[in-house]
Amino acid sequence: MSGSRRAGKDSPVVRVILIALSLIFLSLFLFLPLIAVFVEALRDGIGAYFKAITAPDTLSAIRLTLLTTCIAVPLNVVFGVAAAWTVTRFDFRGKNLLITLIDLPVAVSPVIAGMIYVLLFGARGVFGPMLQAHDIKVIFAVPGIALATTFVTFPFVARELIPFMQAQGSDEEEAALVLGASGWQTFFRITLPNIKWGLIYGTVLCTARAMGEFGAVSVVSGHIRGETNTIPLHVEVLYNEYHFAAAFSVASILVALSLVTLTMKKLIEWRGLVARKTASDREDERGGAGIAEIVAGGDYKKAA
Amino acid sequence: MGITVVYLSLIVLIPLATIFLKTSTIGWARFWEIALSPRSIAAYELSFGASFAAALINAVMGVILAWVLSRYRFFGRGLVDALIDLPFALPTAVAGIALTGIYASKGWLGRYLVQIGVQAAFSRLGVIIALVFVGLPFVVRTVQPVLEDIDLDQEEAAATLGATRFQTFQRVTLPALWPAVITGFTLAFARALGEYGSVVFISGNMPMKTEITPLLIMTKLEQYDYAGATAIAVVMLTISFALLLVVNRLQAWSGKRVSR
Repeated sequence: MSGSRRAGKDSPVVRVILIALSLIFLSLFLFLPLIAVFVEALRDGIGAYFKAITAPDTLSAIRLTLLTTCIAVPLNVVFGVAAAWTVTRFDFRGKNLLITLIDLPVAVSPVIAGMIYVLLFGARGVFGPMLQAHDIKVIFAVPGIALATTFVTFPFVARELIPFMQAQGSDEEEAALVLGASGWQTFFRITLPNIKWGLIYGTVLCTARAMGEFGAVSVVSGHIRGETNTIPLHVEVLYNEYHFAAAFSVASILVALSLVTLTMKKLIEWRGLVARKTASDREDERGGAGIAEIVAGGDYKKAA
Repeated sequence: MGITVVYLSLIVLIPLATIFLKTSTIGWARFWEIALSPRSIAAYELSFGASFAAALINAVMGVILAWVLSRYRFFGRGLVDALIDLPFALPTAVAGIALTGIYASKGWLGRYLVQIGVQAAFSRLGVIIALVFVGLPFVVRTVQPVLEDIDLDQEEAAATLGATRFQTFQRVTLPALWPAVITGFTLAFARALGEYGSVVFISGNMPMKTEITPLLIMTKLEQYDYAGATAIAVVMLTISFALLLVVNRLQAWSGKRVSR
């Protein structure tokens, strides 16, 4: 009888249909594209694959991507911590507006993100004549690419940290300050260890996006081979020149990077879970633990 | 706090303000002429229509996926769960060429689709395919935690009182999921509206037919038609801001519902 069946248990037919539907959908949109990249990359053999990813233009694209990432990510990590700190530790007017503004680059189309820098620094832009007078190139050069990447990856760290720090509260920091620690001491000994995992995950996301950004960078780069092509742009150039196998070979580097990102995410989630478990065990032993402790998962002990 | 505001202004606010500044130099009449030209309107229609369709597909499939992942145990569940986030991590250009490789008329699946008369790539359908990929994780990731937190007692009570499984889902489970579904839908929709990288490869980019709004902006920029690009960007930006506000409101609302 259907009424006596336990809730939360679907009939086997429903179960099989739903699982099959999910797997077909994911195959069409996720698994097949993922496999396609590697199969197409190896279409002309493994020799051609390595030739494609070690070609001088590819190597220079990799160098430029790494350089851009090394500029954009540290900037946004520092800002992300500062922003999360501001939003979660102080009360002020317009706080919600500030949070919305931090989210802004997520909602802006990457093409528009690139465009604003062309309007500012392009030859006919606001600062264009001034830059030309001093012979400084921003658009169609590395600084423009770095700026556009910074804009696009701007919110990632802050967005990860804000909910994290909100959940934690500021009790431990206040305790440290009362006990005579300086502001920096409190930050490095209490805050940083507490937000460690949120910070790492935010940085990973930020790095992944910085390396893969296409639309914004495409607008400001000018596609000069060997000079202003990042890895995704180089993929586009190869693809549009009908070097399909080479395009997929270079793309496979980016796929590998994204798989690393996903693995790190899983790892961090798993760590967080373990940490929460040990924290709740300790809570049972001692009877009561603050939420900060649960979120931070015992790291506070080392700090204190 | 000072640093935050200064950095935010330097990287985001001042650059964005130049767009509106630039628009004011064009003049109203010219602005509307560009913003409402037939080619622009065709691009808005495609962007909105395709984004809406893709977000809708993702909303339905997202709920099913979240359900399957949170309620069932099957072989490969962990892997599937991890790969759902792939569209967040995979560069859009890579997604674009991979999807084109599959759905183009000579591609892995495209060749069979052509035989039954479906042109999947270089058509409006191609745009939707790319946008489904891009927005796939949003609904799953907003609905999944809610499903995992739901008290099974209520469903059990409904079942004991004689409700069928479907009635229970429709009357008990679904109402609890709505805020998450709508938030996920709006996020996927907003993301799809601005998407560029994956669409340009698969759409074919024919003006009036398969040209999305971000691509139109790009085309105008490449022709050094900055006024035209700016006018269309302002339209897009205004809509994006509105959507962002809606998302923030929704999140506040669903946050309240969860804590109740």
